[in-house]
Amino acid sequence: MGILVDENTKVVVQGITGKEGAFHTKQMILYGTNIVAGVTPGKGGEMLEGVPVLNRVKDAVNSYDANVSCIFVPPPFAADAMLEAADAGIKVIVCITEGIPTIDMIKVVRYIRKCGAVLIGPNTPGIISPGKTKVGIMPGPIHKEGGIGVISRSGTLTYEVVDQLTRAGFGQSTCIGLGGDPIVGASFIDHLKRFKNDKQTNGVVLIGEIGGTAEEEAAEYIEGEFGKPVVAFIAGQTAPPGRRMGHAGAIISGGKGKASDKINALKSHGIAVALDLGRLGKTAKGVFS
Amino acid sequence: MKIHEFQAKDLFRNAGIPVPKGNVAATPEEAVEIAKTLDGPPWVVKAQIHAGGRGKGGGVKVVKSIEEVKKAAEDILSKPLVTHQTGPAGQKVRNLLIEEGLDIEREFYLGIVIDRKLESPVMIFSQAGGMEIEEVSAKNPELVLFENIDITSGFMPYQARSFFYGIEPMLDKNVFRELSATMSKLYSLFMSNDCSLVEINPLVVTSSGKVVALDAKINFDDNALFRQKDIAKLHDSHEMDELEAEASKYSLNYIRLDGNIGAMVNGAGLAMATMDVIKLAGAEPANFLDVGGGATEEMVKNGLKIILTDKRVKAVLINIFGGIMRCDVLARGVVNAAKEVDIEVPLIVRLEGTNVEEGREILKNSDLDFSVAGDIEEAGGMVAKQVI
Repeated sequence: MGILVDENTKVVVQGITGKEGAFHTKQMILYGTNIVAGVTPGKGGEMLEGVPVLNRVKDAVNSYDANVSCIFVPPPFAADAMLEAADAGIKVIVCITEGIPTIDMIKVVRYIRKCGAVLIGPNTPGIISPGKTKVGIMPGPIHKEGGIGVISRSGTLTYEVVDQLTRAGFGQSTCIGLGGDPIVGASFIDHLKRFKNDKQTNGVVLIGEIGGTAEEEAAEYIEGEFGKPVVAFIAGQTAPPGRRMGHAGAIISGGKGKASDKINALKSHGIAVALDLGRLGKTAKGVFS
Repeated sequence: MKIHEFQAKDLFRNAGIPVPKGNVAATPEEAVEIAKTLDGPPWVVKAQIHAGGRGKGGGVKVVKSIEEVKKAAEDILSKPLVTHQTGPAGQKVRNLLIEEGLDIEREFYLGIVIDRKLESPVMIFSQAGGMEIEEVSAKNPELVLFENIDITSGFMPYQARSFFYGIEPMLDKNVFRELSATMSKLYSLFMSNDCSLVEINPLVVTSSGKVVALDAKINFDDNALFRQKDIAKLHDSHEMDELEAEASKYSLNYIRLDGNIGAMVNGAGLAMATMDVIKLAGAEPANFLDVGGGATEEMVKNGLKIILTDKRVKAVLINIFGGIMRCDVLARGVVNAAKEVDIEVPLIVRLEGTNVEEGREILKNSDLDFSVAGDIEEAGGMVAKQVI
C-alpha cells in the first residue's frame, strides 16, 4: 500500500549521466529503489552504477518494464523529457528539475493528463513510500514506514516535518512533494483522493506555502469528503507581498496567496493548523494519537 | 524580472501596439530637448522606477510649458521617489520618460496573467481604467471581465466580442476593431517573450478615436530568461537592493527585510518557515536567504558575509536540514567566512540531516564563538533572547 510508488516500482532515470542524476541514482539504489534503466540521448550502451544507459525512454519501457520516471534533465530540455516519458507510456513521472519556464509547463501538464499519467513536480524532492521505494532526492534515513501521508509544496521543509513525525513516533505511508513552481502536475486534492482510498494511510500532513489558492481548495475538499484526520502547516507568514520567496510559485500577488488567508481557510474548515514549525510534531501527536 | 515603462513601451511599439510619442531623459536639459521635438502642450514627465504608485507619489507630472518640463524634471530627479511600493527610503530616479500629452475620451484596463488554477493565460479587461485593478475588483467585481485563453488556439475573436458586449456604453466599430487588434498583439507579445504579467493601465481611446497604451508594465518569467537573451539585457541592477544585487552574483536567493535577525537556511520553504519561527519567538527577520539545496562552501561563505554586511543585524540564525546539502559543507563555509570577516554578533546554529556529526565537529574544532540549538523550536527562543 501507500500511493503511486511501492515495491513494484521500476524506475527509469532520465538524465542519469549528469552530475545530479548520477549522484541520486546511487542514493536511490542504496535506499533499495529498483532502477531498471537510465536514459541520456547519445550515451546509450554505457553502464552507470550497474544500470544500463539507453537513448530513448520507450526502450526502457519496452525492454526493462520501467513504469516510473525520475527526471534530472536541465531546464531547457525538461519539457521534452516529460513529454517523452508520457508518450512512452510511463504513468508516474517525477520531475526534480528546478527552473522550467511556466509556459512550457502549461503545455506539458495538458499532454500528460491526456496520456492518463500523473506528474509529480517539477521542482520537487520527489516521492517516497518508506520501506518500499524512493523516487527522488530526499534523505532516506529520516523516514519510517507507517500510516501518515505527507503532501508538501516544499523540499527541505518537508524533511524537517518528516523528521519531527518520525521522532514523534509517526511513520509515513507516502511522502510527496508537489513542486515549488506556479504550475505543477498535481494538486493537494489529487493526492488526498488517493490517500483517502489507501488502507495504509490513517491521516495526512499537508505542508503549504504562500502563493496561489491550492490550500484553500484542499481545505474545502478535506471537510467535505476526506474523512481522515489532517494537520496542516503554512510557510510564509512573514513573507512580504510581491516578492518571489525562492520558489517561483511562492509569491503574494494582487493581495492573493497570503499565509493568513490559507490558515483561516483551513481552520474554518475544521482542520488543525500548526502555527509554529517547532511544535508540528506535538500538534500531530494531539491529532493522530 | 521587472523592466521600466520606457522599455516596455519599446516592446509594445515593436509589437505594433500604439504608445504615445516620447523619449528617455537622464537630465532636465535632455528632458527639455525631447519635449521640443514632441507635439505639445501638454507634455507628460514620468519617473522611471519599477515600483508602482508613481502617480500618487508625485513621480508623474502633466505640464503645459517647456519651462515646466524642466522644473518637473529637476524636481523628480532631485530626490528619491517614495510610493506605497518603495518603502519609506524611496527609490532613486535615474531616468525620465518625456511624452506628448493626449486628449483622452475613455480609459480601460487591459492585462494578461497566468492563472495557476486554470493553468492558462487569462486576459483581464475593465472599463474602469486608470484605477488600481485590485481595488476595482474588490469594490465592483462586475466591472472586471476575464477570458481564459487556450494556448493551442490562442486569443480568439469571440473573446474580444465577449469583452465588448460586456461594457457600457458600447464602442464605436472602429475603436472595437483597434482594441481587438491590440488584445491579439498583446497576447502574442506575452507568449513570445515568456511574460508572467503584462498590464496596460490605462489603455485609452483619444478624442480622435485612436487606441493608445498610456502606461506599460511587463514582468518576465525568470525561469525563461535563458532563452530570452534580449529581454535579459533589459535588467536594471540599480533597482535592486545593494545586498540583493551582491547575493544574486553568487546565485543566492536573498531578500532584505525590515528586522534584525539574520537567517541562513537551505531550501525556500524551510527559509520561509524559519523566518516565521523568528517572528513567532518575538523577533523580526532581517532577511530571507535560501542558499539552495546543493549549496557549496563558497556559497555559504558569501551568504554569511552578505548577512553580516547588513549593519542592522543583531544576531544570526543558521538553520540547515541537510539533504543533498551536507552539514560538513555548511560548517566549512561558515568557518571560512569567519576568517574573512569579524563576526561581532551572536551566532546560533542548528544542524540536522546528512553528515550532521561531521559538521558539528568542524564547528566545534574552529575558533568560532557560536551556540548550538537542538531543534528549531529552541533555535527560535535562543535568537529572540539576543534582541528582546
